[in-house]
Amino acid sequence: MIKFSDKQLKIPKMSKPVYLATVGMSKFDRAFPETRTEELCIQALTAAADFVNMTPAELKSFIHTAYYGHFADHFGDQLLGEAVIHDRLGLDPLGTIGVKTGGATGGSTMWEAIKTVASGYSDCALALGWERMDEVPTDEGNHLISAAADKDWETPLGHIYTGYYAVMAQRYWQIFGKAEDSFRKTMAEIAVKNRGYARMNPYAHGPMKITVEDVINSTVIAYPLRALDCCLMSVGSACGVVCDEKTAYEITDNPLRIWIGAGSHTLRVADRRNMKIPLLPNEKPGQYDNLGKRFPGADRYPGFSSFLAARVAAYYAYNMTGVVDPIDDLDVVELHDAFTISDIQTYEDIGITPYGDGRNYIESGDAYHTNPITKKPGKLPSNLCGGLIGCMHAVGATGLMQIAEIGYHIWNRWDEIHEPEEKWKEFGREKPKDWTSLQVKGAKRGLAISHAGVGSHVTCTILMHPNHLIKEE
Amino acid sequence: MPKTEEEKGFVSIINGRYKPKGKFHIIEANQPIFNEDTGKLAGVTNPRDMTYIHSYGGEAVFFESLSKGKLMATRCDNDKCKFKGSIYLPFRIYCPDCLQKMTAIDFTEKAKKSAKIYSFIITHRSGAFNTLKLPIKFINIEFDDVVTILMSYLSVGDPEIEKRVVPIFKTKNPTYSIMDLSFVPEGTSESELPEGFTF
Repeated sequence: MIKFSDKQLKIPKMSKPVYLATVGMSKFDRAFPETRTEELCIQALTAAADFVNMTPAELKSFIHTAYYGHFADHFGDQLLGEAVIHDRLGLDPLGTIGVKTGGATGGSTMWEAIKTVASGYSDCALALGWERMDEVPTDEGNHLISAAADKDWETPLGHIYTGYYAVMAQRYWQIFGKAEDSFRKTMAEIAVKNRGYARMNPYAHGPMKITVEDVINSTVIAYPLRALDCCLMSVGSACGVVCDEKTAYEITDNPLRIWIGAGSHTLRVADRRNMKIPLLPNEKPGQYDNLGKRFPGADRYPGFSSFLAARVAAYYAYNMTGVVDPIDDLDVVELHDAFTISDIQTYEDIGITPYGDGRNYIESGDAYHTNPITKKPGKLPSNLCGGLIGCMHAVGATGLMQIAEIGYHIWNRWDEIHEPEEKWKEFGREKPKDWTSLQVKGAKRGLAISHAGVGSHVTCTILMHPNHLIKEE
Repeated sequence: MPKTEEEKGFVSIINGRYKPKGKFHIIEANQPIFNEDTGKLAGVTNPRDMTYIHSYGGEAVFFESLSKGKLMATRCDNDKCKFKGSIYLPFRIYCPDCLQKMTAIDFTEKAKKSAKIYSFIITHRSGAFNTLKLPIKFINIEFDDVVTILMSYLSVGDPEIEKRVVPIFKTKNPTYSIMDLSFVPEGTSESELPEGFTF
């Protein structure tokens, strides 16, 4: 049993409000054999400048510090790749640093940028991320990813990350899903939803119009996970620019407030020790006392079925912002759907549903843009860009893409980014005839979860329109 | 092509320093990458054949013990630690709470009597450099009195949550890596064990 001290549970405080002024993304794809990484990063930063009607040079003139998220140096055979990109973006001699926290790299990069503005060190900071996973043969890529597990205790076992990750899915599937066909169907619905939403996104490279049966009949990767339950492996770049209030309003007349919380847990899943469930604002003491009775085998927390890092990141972020119940207080979320089952686990970790009830969020229809049961808008639509399953997972860029997508909804500019015919043509993609706007009408607050593999690092970013804050400041 | 015995790289420690001997990489020229549709140059390959050296440090006793048929764990014996008595497997050198060096203990017999599967996954895929036979049956094992869970692989039979298993060790031609430890269902006979493994 481990316990946290009051000092460790202190709610993070920023010395000044931080604003998200603009965001940008490159096209995402499985491979870019004829494009250098710097070209993708320049595409993302140029898009961020376009978004606030500036030239890249004008936007760059505000930036004081740059944080770069790039997880896997060894994929690109380039150490200090951050310095290469910083130079190519023409941002020397500004202070810069690289950030690496596995799948959470994008979120962690934003975490650093926000803190540098909140501290007063910089008035404006760039958070830009990318990943290049197409430049090694797949089996060598699998080995390189497995090197993100413990090199002595896990990596030699098969050199395949799925083996270290999917044991968590198995445990959740058997204990909370009770290995039921109905739960398997719920998992599949997430894949159908996210790949379907990706069809409306010109940046996405995994759009598919599929059925639950297609998912259930797809190739087994590591039972119960099948090919269509799994996220994409991608290349691309995304960025965000954060500022203090004065600078934000110099860049745009409509910046958003931004906060972020971060959590961590053991890299080696095996090392998770038993503990009491830390409670979120919408949970009550004693509420989980009978969890082990309802779900035999669920008495070990976090065990392999929950992500403590996600819970802690949400605990900090909700308490910083005044979010009590995410369904009531937020309008749209982007979650780290690396696998359908980990998406369900995250619903519980961040309090969208209580532990044990994750499937209810999908089954209620509230995770959809339009609730398929009530035909009304979903109460809290998730992953409308397609998520990691349908849009992309270019590791260092993913968390930043999610923040950008939430921003587009709150700015009410989602259509402008995803609809134009020219953009579909520029990316060489065919716009579907049934293209539909997924703009969440009236969205004022949103959340993005950036998550590393087995849950070693997680960030929880919250965006709000400045006129719709929950907590008085 | 595999390296010959003379070409393999070996490392020993002499006077407190690593002494590499043999070939650690074979140099291979890069190759151009052309787009076959346009005939234009797009890039080059960069072949690399490298050997990493890394130290087990205070965990060396764990890996050496596997080759002798022993499963070592560690226990915090610090009177001042709130979590005194916690047993760790995977073997940790220092207590994660008080950061004092822990005591290495022989956990083999206890493991034989209490190991059971906490979770598992069967995968037909592996990454480059894998030497385990496919499909790999990954298992996570819970032991009585241990505060953590161990990852390993099942060498005989099918995994199932709560199934009782016992450790086996590669005592003949050990690799001195975590692959020298595997598990089999309780009741498995010696003749069913993979080559080189003993109870």
